[in-house]
Amino acid sequence: MKSHVWRPLFVAIGLVVLILTARVFIVPADFGIGERGYMYGWHRQGNEEEWKRVTVKYKTRAYCKECHAEKVESIGRSPHGALQCENCHGPALDHPKDPPTLTIDHSRQLCIRCHAKLHTPSSGRSKIRGIDPETHNPEAECSLCHDPHHPNLEELKRHE
Amino acid sequence: MNRREFLKRSMVVVAGMAVPAAALQLIDPKQLLAAKPQLRWAFIVDAYKCVGCGFCVKACKLENEVPYEANISRTWVERYVVKKDGEVLIDSPRAARDGFTTKKIEVGDGKYREVRDEEIEKAFFVPKLCNQCENPPCVQVCPVGATYSTADGVVLVDRKWCIGCGYCIMGCPYGVRFFHPVHKVAEKCNFCYHRITKGMKSACVDACPFGARQIGNLRDPNDPVTRIIMTERVGILKEEYGTKPQVYYIGLSKEVR
Repeated sequence: MKSHVWRPLFVAIGLVVLILTARVFIVPADFGIGERGYMYGWHRQGNEEEWKRVTVKYKTRAYCKECHAEKVESIGRSPHGALQCENCHGPALDHPKDPPTLTIDHSRQLCIRCHAKLHTPSSGRSKIRGIDPETHNPEAECSLCHDPHHPNLEELKRHE
Repeated sequence: MNRREFLKRSMVVVAGMAVPAAALQLIDPKQLLAAKPQLRWAFIVDAYKCVGCGFCVKACKLENEVPYEANISRTWVERYVVKKDGEVLIDSPRAARDGFTTKKIEVGDGKYREVRDEEIEKAFFVPKLCNQCENPPCVQVCPVGATYSTADGVVLVDRKWCIGCGYCIMGCPYGVRFFHPVHKVAEKCNFCYHRITKGMKSACVDACPFGARQIGNLRDPNDPVTRIIMTERVGILKEEYGTKPQVYYIGLSKEVR
């Protein structure tokens, strides 16, 4: 065969070899077919570990209990016992080391997440006591009258 | 070659061709075990219990470092208001990060609609999150192998590998994927993979005061979540797509999409 056929062919073969060699160095060793096969498992295995290393910010009631056992226990009996401490107090992170104090959300906005009266006849919301946020002491913070840890006003009077 | 010899040999050839290629493949025990793993995460959402407080969305965004003020979220809560005249209104203001605090229903473009209580036939809340499909269409369309399904059934995104082409965002029929504005890659709910692999529950499950969200292992017949899926009446979203979603719903209604 004539050289004008061979020359471009050599260039093409050289390019393929170059790309295949480059691929060996660029593609990480743990890249391949995972447990779910070619269609769903084609990935870099090390990434699973990366996701597992994400830091946990919400530590749950069990973590709060380690130091505030009494509080967790008594609040657990109140109508707000179902709420996680961190829902209002914010994520624990590494408290008490970092941050030393948590930022508590005192806002009306937080309380009316559940207690704004809506007409939802086919959901659990209709069973929760609610107010109209626009007419029920609109300027006041809820905690002026209601104790968020013992929210029932009648019960609160008994406590005093 | 005589006739006898010819017939003999041709029989051997025919018999040899009849053996399928699969019969010659060596069976890898690791592959066999992977086909039936001991762990498969599944999720239960009880729409009756959901009150639309949005604590799940708040917890999810903070736990998974999804920019809090940006209107994006790995999970969200939808409000369905079905009127007596048949009209269905659906909204999820800011993914319900701050809950549902007003009777006004968001209809887009910063506009709201007010529906009088007497007009409402039924109204309820439906939390949404990634379905961690058994046949995830978002994984199939990824051109670089950046998104994948793990052995325990969770679909993850490799942030180092994702090129941000957005095919998966278009491919998900449930619209759970979005573009992460900080990392510039596709982002999605992964059942809080860092928590569930440590023996904890997903942040939204822990944050829900009403038990509307639960997570469990489908392979464990004594798992309370598995028991509900096996013994109670549960529904899934968009079954017709064949994605085999693994988030099961109690109290679905035909209006829910």
